[in-house]
This record gives sequence, structure tokens and C-alpha cells, in this order.
Amino acid sequence: MTTSTNIVYLIALPLAGAALLLLGGRRTNKWGHLLATALSASSFGVGLYELSQMLGRSEEARPVSQKLFEWINVGTFNVDAGLLLDQLSICFVLLITGVGTLIHIYSISYMSHDHDRRRFFAYLNLFIAAMLLLVLGDSYLSLYVGWEGVGLASYLLIGFWNHKPAYATASKKAFVMNRVGDMGLSFAIMIAFATMGTVSFAGVAEQVDNTSEAALTGMGIMLLVAAAGKSAQFPLQAWLGDAMAGPTPVSALIHAATMVTAGVYLITRSNFVFDAAPTAQLLVVIVGAITLMFGALIGTAKDDIKKALAASTMSQIGYMTLAAGLGPVGYAFAIMHLLTHGFFKAGMFLGAGSVMHGMNDEVNMRRYGALRKFMPITFVTFGLGYLAILGVPPFAGFYSKDMIIETAFNAGGAKGIILGSVTLLGAGITAFYMTRVMILTFTGTKRWDDEAHPHESPWLMWLPMAILAIGSVSSGYLLSRGDALVNWLHPLFDHHEEHEHHLLEPIVVSGLALTMVAIGVAIAFVKYSRQEVANIAPEDVSIFTKIARQDLMQDRFNEAVFMRPGQALTTTLVAADDAVVDGTVRGVGQIAMGSGSALRGLQNGFVRSYAALILIGAVALIAAIWVVVQ
Amino acid sequence: MDASNYLYVSALLFTIGAVGVVVRRNAIVVFMCIELMLNAANLSFVTFSRINGDLDGQVMAFFTMVVAACEVVVGLAIIVTIYRSRRSASVDDASLLKR
Repeated sequence: MTTSTNIVYLIALPLAGAALLLLGGRRTNKWGHLLATALSASSFGVGLYELSQMLGRSEEARPVSQKLFEWINVGTFNVDAGLLLDQLSICFVLLITGVGTLIHIYSISYMSHDHDRRRFFAYLNLFIAAMLLLVLGDSYLSLYVGWEGVGLASYLLIGFWNHKPAYATASKKAFVMNRVGDMGLSFAIMIAFATMGTVSFAGVAEQVDNTSEAALTGMGIMLLVAAAGKSAQFPLQAWLGDAMAGPTPVSALIHAATMVTAGVYLITRSNFVFDAAPTAQLLVVIVGAITLMFGALIGTAKDDIKKALAASTMSQIGYMTLAAGLGPVGYAFAIMHLLTHGFFKAGMFLGAGSVMHGMNDEVNMRRYGALRKFMPITFVTFGLGYLAILGVPPFAGFYSKDMIIETAFNAGGAKGIILGSVTLLGAGITAFYMTRVMILTFTGTKRWDDEAHPHESPWLMWLPMAILAIGSVSSGYLLSRGDALVNWLHPLFDHHEEHEHHLLEPIVVSGLALTMVAIGVAIAFVKYSRQEVANIAPEDVSIFTKIARQDLMQDRFNEAVFMRPGQALTTTLVAADDAVVDGTVRGVGQIAMGSGSALRGLQNGFVRSYAALILIGAVALIAAIWVVVQ
Repeated sequence: MDASNYLYVSALLFTIGAVGVVVRRNAIVVFMCIELMLNAANLSFVTFSRINGDLDGQVMAFFTMVVAACEVVVGLAIIVTIYRSRRSASVDDASLLKR
């Protein structure tokens, strides 16, 4: 493997930015945002340089490693803090730093009225550094450090406006739910250490053949729990909707394009574990399929534009997880959808931010309408992202999503038919709710108050949106032309093309998918374009709509199953602690006090009573000796 | 004469002294009762010395006398001082040490 000394700069540059801005305090207020953006951009530059170097080498020599320092060295257990930049990591590095830099640029304008803008940029840089460490670590342990780092950055940024109690609660909710996933990751690391004695990716990959399937299944399930926590997959999905409390650039970067895809990265990175543990792999597919439908159904009922997009993110990551659970044939498509999704979803979130910017931070789509005329650039960029997520050819989503649907159908047997149908249905529902967002926001009649003065955003904001829109249009074609991405990732995933059982021809799959999309769009048109949209959500709706509006009861479920029993447990433990432990301690004290105050009566100050006591004592002593001697 | 008779006298003297200390309030009387108990002990020492035929008990009696003499000096001085400040020689009046 080639070694390099440059990889560390990818992480060090944004980390230095975060440190400088946080420690520099108010002195850096004037230029802090520019520095942060420049550092993020230079990290992107390093990434591009590494890519060019990588392209110049032969396939086997492409992965680059760098040893930073000896981290843990106990007996036979050695972990070096090392970085690994291979074909998979470079995709993420470019996505993180590229989209990250665009969102830095966007935020300069978006956050310009916020007096805490410097702190915001410091957190953004911290996030970039942590996310890069996550994808560049060469062992599960280094990955874990980055994993916790992005969790911290996410927490800080969701609660950036923590003077509003609801936002602070949302950040706490995200943090706590992520802890559940983090426990899964730490258990997976423990299993790897206990059964294989190593935690590096290369070491685990080598040891897979000598490890029992039970251990691998356990490790796989724990990795899945970790991925579910970070990527808002079922059953740990409930935090993502509330995470929209953060500023919109944060939603675009962390909760759409990069951090929430870390779970997919973890699963694809651990492909050797899942390939050897079919049960865990099947669970990955099931989780992906459930989340795909879950997110899509929530998306149909949300009136908050950011929450609708968040539900869509959840659903799209469900697609990626499903693809990653299909084994070697699916990994590359999961990554491809991840990359195209990074473009179009980040673009749409920035579009939503642009709309909110022009509408006094209104997020309710029922209060929008007819914004096309006032925000033409936002409309066009958002619209391109919309076409991309629908999977209309030749936009990006067409290539990535169709490949996943096709691979799902080809999984074989009943599994293939079920998964294929779910992904097809998901595509239809996606078309419905995204069309709903488009219609409610940009077309129809105006439903906003007279105080709102919708206007196009400044160029610092629409430029990143435009660049991401270009990505939404072209990335799918570029990545799939001549199977570019599949071949690029080929050495990592052992991907062997199997042409034997094609349940459906690709062209049939595309036709079916487009039909579903057309149906979804048509229903949305009939429901929202043909008839007037109420600017207050109607109450007389079916039970299904009511359930979907409440996020399919996810919070109620968590409350009933985990929160209330948990609270009951803590109350019981507190009571038990009070009664038993504290009771014992207090009892001992009370005995001492009681006997003390009883004996105090003897200390009355009268010499004669002391003398009498001495006399009685002496007589008693002599009597005792008398008895013993007799 | 049987030497144990002296021991009976000694026990009687000690008992009188002990009861006196407990029941009497006048400090001077209490003091004399203490002396009585010391002398009862002395009588026992001398008697046992006689019974055993050595001088250990006699020597011990001298020690006791010396201690008693010292004690009288200090004790009477305290009693006189208390009497001067309180106009009372009752031991029950001097009960301030309980606080």
C-alpha cells in the first residue's frame, strides 16, 4: 500500500479553523467566516489533489495510508492512529468538502444577521473535520472518534438557537437517540476485539474467515444498530424530523448530505462482515425497506417544508441501506445514490432555506404559494433537484435509484419481488410528496400575509444552489457512464457481475419506475393543483393522515415503550436508594444520636452523682470478679 | 488477735467514707470522707503486710499518706476559693461543668 503524508491535512485544516475560531473569540468575528470557508475549500483542494494522484496509479496501488502515531499499545493489542484514503473514502472526502464548502459559502449570507455567525462557522469546520476523520480512519476505533465528533457537531448545530427551549430539546433528543446507536458501534468494536483481536478494517477483513458466523452476525447487527442511529433508520429514526430545528445550512450539510449517510458508509465499509453474516445482511435490507416506506409516508403529510424534506432524506437513506444490504451487487449503487442524493437533497434544502429567507422564516408550506415569480432562481434549482429525486431521466436520481430498484428485483425469489415492489412503491410515493412540496411552494395562488415580501436571495446564496443543481442534473450520468463508479469501487467490494437471473430487464424496471412516478405526480396534481389549498391544515382528515402527521406515532411509541418505563425505573431506583441505602446510613446516625441524648442525662454536673456512679461501677466490677472467681 | 478483724474495720471505714461522699453536700465533710476511705485503704495495706510478713504494704501506706497530704493541700485550697466566691461550701452548687 502506498503511504502518504498529505492525508492528515484534509482533517487538520478545518480542525485548525474550528480551534482558531472558538479560541480566538470575538476578535475573529470580522473574518472568521471567511477563514472557515477558505479552510474548507483548501481541504477540498487537497482532496482533489489526492484524487488526481490516485487516478495516476494502478488499481492495486490506489489506496493510500498514513500512520499518525502509536495510539494504544497493550500486550498483543496494538492500535495505531492511522488514516486510510481509498477509492471509497475519496468519494466521501470530495462530497464532504465539496458540498461542505458550498454550504459554507451559502451560510456567509444566510447567517449574516446572526450575531453568533463566527461560532456557527467554527462548528461547521468542526463538523467537517470530524466527518473527514470518520471516513478516513483506518480502524473502527478511529472511525468511532469521528463518529462521536460528528454527533457532537450535530448536537451543537441543531441546538444553535438554543435560546428557544423547543430547539434545545430537539438537540438533546438527537443526541440521546444517537447514543443508542453509538452503543451499538462500541459493542461491535468489542466483539471484533474479543473474537479477532484487532479493530482495524484490514485486520478484521483478514480475520473474517477464521471467525464464527455467530460472532460475525452479532457484530453485523451491532453495526446495523450504529448505522440506524446515525442515519435515522428504523427503529432509531425519530430524531431526524426534530433535528430540523437547526439552521437550514446545517440541515442541508449534516442532516441531508453527509452525516446521516455515515451509517451507509459504515455498512459498506464493513462489507466483509456483512457478506459473511447473511442474517445481519437480511436485517439491513429489512431495516432499509421499512425506513424507505416510513419516511415516504411521513413525507406525504408534513406541511413544514424542512420536515417534509427530512422525511424524504430518511426515505432516500432507506434506499441506500437497502442497497447496501443486498451485498456485493448493491454496495456501489448505495454509494452512487448517496453521492447523487448529496447533490440534490443538499440543493433542495438550500432552496428551502432560500424560500424561508425570503418569507420571514416561515416554514409552513400552506403559507407559501406562487413563489415561482418572486424567486425564479430558487424555483429552477429546486426544480432540478425535484426532477433528480423523482428519477426522471436524464437527471441524477434516475441512474442511482433505478439501479437500486433493479438490483432489488434481481435479489431473487420472494425477497426480490417484495423488495422490488417496496422500492417501486417508494418511488411513487416520493413522486407524490415531492410534487406536493413543489406545488404548495412555487405554484398556485399566494397564501402568505402582506407582511411577507418574498424576494430572490443574494448571489452568495443562489450560487451554491446553482452548482448543486448542476450536480443534480449531471452527477448520475457522469458516475454511471461506462459503470464509472462501479468499476472505481470494484476492488473494494469484490463485485462480480452476475447476468444469470435477471427477473426483469433494466428497461422494464425503468418503465415501471417511471409509471409509478407519473402516477404519484398525477395524484399530487389532482389533489393540490386542481383544488384550492387551505392555508390552515384541515382537521377533518382521515385517520391515516392524522397518523402520518404525527410521524406514524414514532414519538408516542418511544414514549410508551422506552421513556415512561425508563422514567418509572429511575423513580423506583431513586426511591429504593432513598429508602434502603440512605435509610441505613440515616438509621446508624439516628441510633448514635438517640443513645447519645439518653446518656447525656448522666452528665448532670453533680459531683456526688458521679461519685455514686463510680461507686456502683466499682461494686459491680468487684461483684463480677467475685462471681467469676467463685 | 486474728488479722482479719482489721480488714473488717477497714471495710467498715471505707463504706462509711463512700456513703458519706455520696450523701453529704458539705464539701468539707465530703473531703473528710475521702480521707476516711484513703485511711481504710491504708489499714488494709498494713494488715496485708502483716499477714504476708513483708514490708511492701507498709511502704505503700507511706505513699498513700504522701498523696493524701498533697491532695488535702490542693483540695482545701479549691474549697476555700469556691467558698470565697460563692459563699457556699455545697458541692451541689458547683455543678457548672455540665455545660
